[in-house]
Amino acid sequence: MVTKGRIGAYAGIIFLLALPLFFPRFYVYIASLILLYGLLATSLNFVLGFGGIYQFHHCVFYGAGAYGAALMLTKTGFSPWVGFIVGPLVAALLSLILGLICIRLSKLYFGMLQISLGSLVWAVIYRWYSLTGGDDGIHGISVPDMIASANGAYYFALIVTGLSFFIIFKILKSPFGSVLQGIRDNPIRSEMIGVNVKRHQLAALVISGFFAGVAGVLFVVVDTTVFPDMLFWTLSMEVMIMCLLGGWFTFMGPILGAALIVLLRTFISTYTVYWALFLGIVLMIIIFFLPNGVLGYFQEKFRPKKLVKG
Amino acid sequence: MDFIYTFLSPGVLSQIFVGLSRTVILFIVASGLSLILGVLRIPNVFHGSLYMIGAFMAYTICSVVGGDAGFWLALIGAPIGVGLVSLATERGLFQYLYEREHIMLILFTFAISLVFGDLVKIVWGAEYKSVPVPQVFQGFVPLFGGLPFPRYNMFLLFMGPVVAIALWFLVNKTKIGKISQAAAVDREMVGAVGINVSWVFATVFVIGCFLAGLGGALVAPTVSVTLGMDHSLIIEAFLIVIMGGLGNIWGALLGALIFGLTQSLGILIWPQFGIVFPYLAVIVVLLFRPTGLLKSTW
Repeated sequence: MVTKGRIGAYAGIIFLLALPLFFPRFYVYIASLILLYGLLATSLNFVLGFGGIYQFHHCVFYGAGAYGAALMLTKTGFSPWVGFIVGPLVAALLSLILGLICIRLSKLYFGMLQISLGSLVWAVIYRWYSLTGGDDGIHGISVPDMIASANGAYYFALIVTGLSFFIIFKILKSPFGSVLQGIRDNPIRSEMIGVNVKRHQLAALVISGFFAGVAGVLFVVVDTTVFPDMLFWTLSMEVMIMCLLGGWFTFMGPILGAALIVLLRTFISTYTVYWALFLGIVLMIIIFFLPNGVLGYFQEKFRPKKLVKG
Repeated sequence: MDFIYTFLSPGVLSQIFVGLSRTVILFIVASGLSLILGVLRIPNVFHGSLYMIGAFMAYTICSVVGGDAGFWLALIGAPIGVGLVSLATERGLFQYLYEREHIMLILFTFAISLVFGDLVKIVWGAEYKSVPVPQVFQGFVPLFGGLPFPRYNMFLLFMGPVVAIALWFLVNKTKIGKISQAAAVDREMVGAVGINVSWVFATVFVIGCFLAGLGGALVAPTVSVTLGMDHSLIIEAFLIVIMGGLGNIWGALLGALIFGLTQSLGILIWPQFGIVFPYLAVIVVLLFRPTGLLKSTW
């Protein structure tokens, strides 16, 4: 079983590395989008699925990372690579500030205050024409030549997301990750055995915000644009749908969910403009029949003994 | 009235009135949302879609019937139409999902809002629609000091208290209101004394959605009816409900007041960032009263 899984993983990596050799440019672009949305969904799942924190407006950090990098690239003379590092740091800082305000509340109230704060950030970016370009956003951001082509951007996205997935995975397997999941399952008991619940949750939020910012930077590289809709709450819902679709309590689930959503949107929207109708119906069916998501369902069905909920 | 001007300029006063008429719309929609949240515990994301559908239905009724009769018919017909849509949704889908987690319900209702959004696009198209202001309410009334104030907004200011009193009466003085209050606290007990809780929930849900439709029909003559009006409104309605206290109708009124007034006065203070002020108000309120201004029913 283990060796089979390992062979599968190697095959997957080789497929991803060789993908630009066999597929046309458009598909390489789609693959890059899948990677970065996968990272965004994974960073959300880090706090939502594994941390049990109702992070309703996750895209704020995605947008903050993207805008941070885009502004560094267009308004300052620093090297673009500095901008790529500044973006996620801005997102992490924003995550810390928002987290400090929200962390006192729990569950639905946390989510609602977070949406409110996120909408505030959205409104500021939406209206600050002189800095952010307002509702037009910023277009035609010039990125370094090395990663400007579709293939270059794809490989950049592949390396960065691969590294990020690895780090997130390691964090989840570390003592910190175990404590985080313990807090999700029983916050009171965790508190009793001497865990500082709020501090752990805050740290998780900052880590998650950082990786959302990384995803935002990747969007700047892949698409060379930023726009305020990246921070609108409907996108946050969509990212939550990615997590749900793939499976909350699995590591690979959100990536699978992101792939499904991006592919659905790309291919259905070539046939009809009503792709949201289709997505809505698919989602309703999933919630009715597969509440643990696609991957969660298969895990439950084929590996009942190995299933550890969390 | 002149003493008012010593501390309030006419411009500020008229802006307050604009804010109050916005408050009425926000209150009508948010109270429906609050009712559903309080009794059924469903964070109903497609409430905004129902508001949009209400506005589009009002457009259709107005353009078919025409004239003032069309407007009054729309004011009754659109909410009833929305109520029927919501009844079908509740009986068809929701009644099987009451026990699910909130986050699932939010995603589920978001899925429905996606479906409704596209259905509206299919039925009414993607163009802007405008509903004429009825003859009776055309023109302006001179406010203090001769500032013109749209007559239709006066009508809105009249409708707000009417809806508030009707809701108060419904919740506190009727049988269904009392049962729903009990069901909000302990739904199993209500079922145990022989009341069909499922239908109580359906009724409350339809009433809440009726209010969303009413809000949509009322707002239709003042804005351009378009796709996307659901997404901006629903987030405001949610924030109002959270600010006021979940399930508390007077809280919804208070929240709507704060939201509407900060919105309209914020534009005076700092035109570019006027839309930021309501969100700031929500944050300030939640920092000091984390569970809302008034007591929530949860």
